Amino acid sequence: MLRKALRRLAIGIGLVFAVVTITFLLINLAPGDPARLWVAPNASEADLAAARRLLGLDQPLPVRYVAWLVDFVRGNWGTSIAQQRPVARIILDALPHTLLLSGCSLFLTYAIGVLVGAFQAAKRRTPWDTTLTIGNLVVFGMPAYWLAIMLVLTFAYAASRYGWPSWIQFPAMGVASLDADFLTPWGRLVDRLRHLTLPLVTLSLIGIAGTSRFVRGAVLEVRGQSFVAAARARGLPPLTIEGRYVIRNALMPIITLLGLSLPALFSGTVFVEVIFAWPGMGREIVTAVGARDYPVVMATTAIFAVLVVVGNLLADSLYAVADPRIREGQR
Amino acid sequence: MTTGKALLHDRRAVIGLAIIGTFALVAILAPLLAPADPNAQPDILGTRFLAPMSSGPDGTTYWLGTDRFGRDILSRLIYGARISLTVGVLSVVVSVIVGCTVGISAAVAGGWVERVLMAATDTVLAMPRIVVLLTLVALWEPSVLLVLLVLGLTGWMGIARLARAEVKSILARPYLDAAKALGISGPRLLWRHILPNTMTPVIVAAALAVGNAITLESGLSFLGIGIPPPAPSWGSMIATGRDALVHAPWIATFPGIAIVLAVVATNLIGDSMRDALDPTTRERGETQSTIAPSR
Repeated sequence: MLRKALRRLAIGIGLVFAVVTITFLLINLAPGDPARLWVAPNASEADLAAARRLLGLDQPLPVRYVAWLVDFVRGNWGTSIAQQRPVARIILDALPHTLLLSGCSLFLTYAIGVLVGAFQAAKRRTPWDTTLTIGNLVVFGMPAYWLAIMLVLTFAYAASRYGWPSWIQFPAMGVASLDADFLTPWGRLVDRLRHLTLPLVTLSLIGIAGTSRFVRGAVLEVRGQSFVAAARARGLPPLTIEGRYVIRNALMPIITLLGLSLPALFSGTVFVEVIFAWPGMGREIVTAVGARDYPVVMATTAIFAVLVVVGNLLADSLYAVADPRIREGQR
Repeated sequence: MTTGKALLHDRRAVIGLAIIGTFALVAILAPLLAPADPNAQPDILGTRFLAPMSSGPDGTTYWLGTDRFGRDILSRLIYGARISLTVGVLSVVVSVIVGCTVGISAAVAGGWVERVLMAATDTVLAMPRIVVLLTLVALWEPSVLLVLLVLGLTGWMGIARLARAEVKSILARPYLDAAKALGISGPRLLWRHILPNTMTPVIVAAALAVGNAITLESGLSFLGIGIPPPAPSWGSMIATGRDALVHAPWIATFPGIAIVLAVVATNLIGDSMRDALDPTTRERGETQSTIAPSR
């Protein structure tokens, strides 16, 4: 068990290393000179050369790569070219916002998605199932940024223009109101939750649509297996059959989906953060890419890769929780 | 019954094909169908921000309204279908070529070649695709070709894994031994006996990937780093509409509906193809059709 966990960890570290290396190559082989951003637009050739030396850009690529890797492992992530702030500081500021948003969304996606999917499977081929299937299909086809804009249009602009009750009016951007510091602790919490609502609903709706589509299929697949028919033949109560036999076995593909859906979740987060001015990693990376802020792009990409790998390791350990065969160390 | 007939018996596939067919026709006939030049800005002050169904100063009707520059939204939507469908389909073709090459070589070569290729696949799979796209597209000069290539080169991993698994299972089947015993070998074995039997699941995966590619292209254009303006990409149309959301909500709304329709249609076709080819869903009675998975 321990050896297997260590092996997985080693593969995970190898993956992060490979991802970081590819990113380094992509960024450094792209045309464009980051030193130009460092100096004034009318700077002389000598100033430009000095900036290149300062940023280490005059070194050959392999030297730069090794130097960067050593610094990166030591936690010395450099200084942002555009923001003139330590990259580690930027990441530390942004990461909690992204983790809050994506963590809550992941929870809602699976909690509600599994329920909806199981409900659809139970009500297969009824108007309920058909309606939900069509709804899932349409929501799943929506780009996250467009759904976000439509929600803003409805629950921020239209709601205030037509004077809807305040509990269905939500702020369109940011994590807190400008006057948040003057609110009571309770008021501040409510304010944060109101700001979280629209970004969270955007991400979760699309996630729920994808998950319930998948769960419906997984549950139907298990229900068609012969061991379920055997359990039914033995006269077990329907709830025991559903809980012990069907859901338990349908969990395995759902856990696989959990690991695979993380990159998609982060993609959604990028767009949602941009729309709602949510100061997380996604918005940071879009700004940094636009400004050719290489140290920030490198660090944010590496962090995203670490999050994906950690998420997959967690999904692997969930297998062991859900499936005794894996816990016993069999394959 | 053939796969094609089975698809026509499935309502989902018919609806999906109808939508995509209409879009494709609109894209091809764009110059005939579009009421105006998609990039024309006739009289900016007089025609900008016109609501849907309203008429401009010269009496022409703008069915879906105009944007901030007085450009006709309907015409831009029609020309936008060209970009979305071209990028969506061709980028998936790139993915299929790369994915099949990697997957099939891995399965056929085996040994360390297979391990290296699959490790590379898993590495690219661990990178959030949008982050790679942002980096690649933003650092190079944006163009339709770049977006298409970059989308294709970041979307091949699933297809590579699928192709490898499929070829490995075919390599173990008796008919392949029979073919070898008949003295067939090398390229002929690959082209005539392995490839045709690998293609069906790959085509299903490709159909489902088209919708994803359309969404991603629109997303990149929305962020301003995809198809360069003034070309009418649905994504950049939504971006211009976002700036005028309060008083001209139609600008952002219509291109979004077009994207949703296109993505839903490709997903319907993909789902229906998958069910038609998968014997287990047939046994559950999900589709009424009965077909043989391969010829």
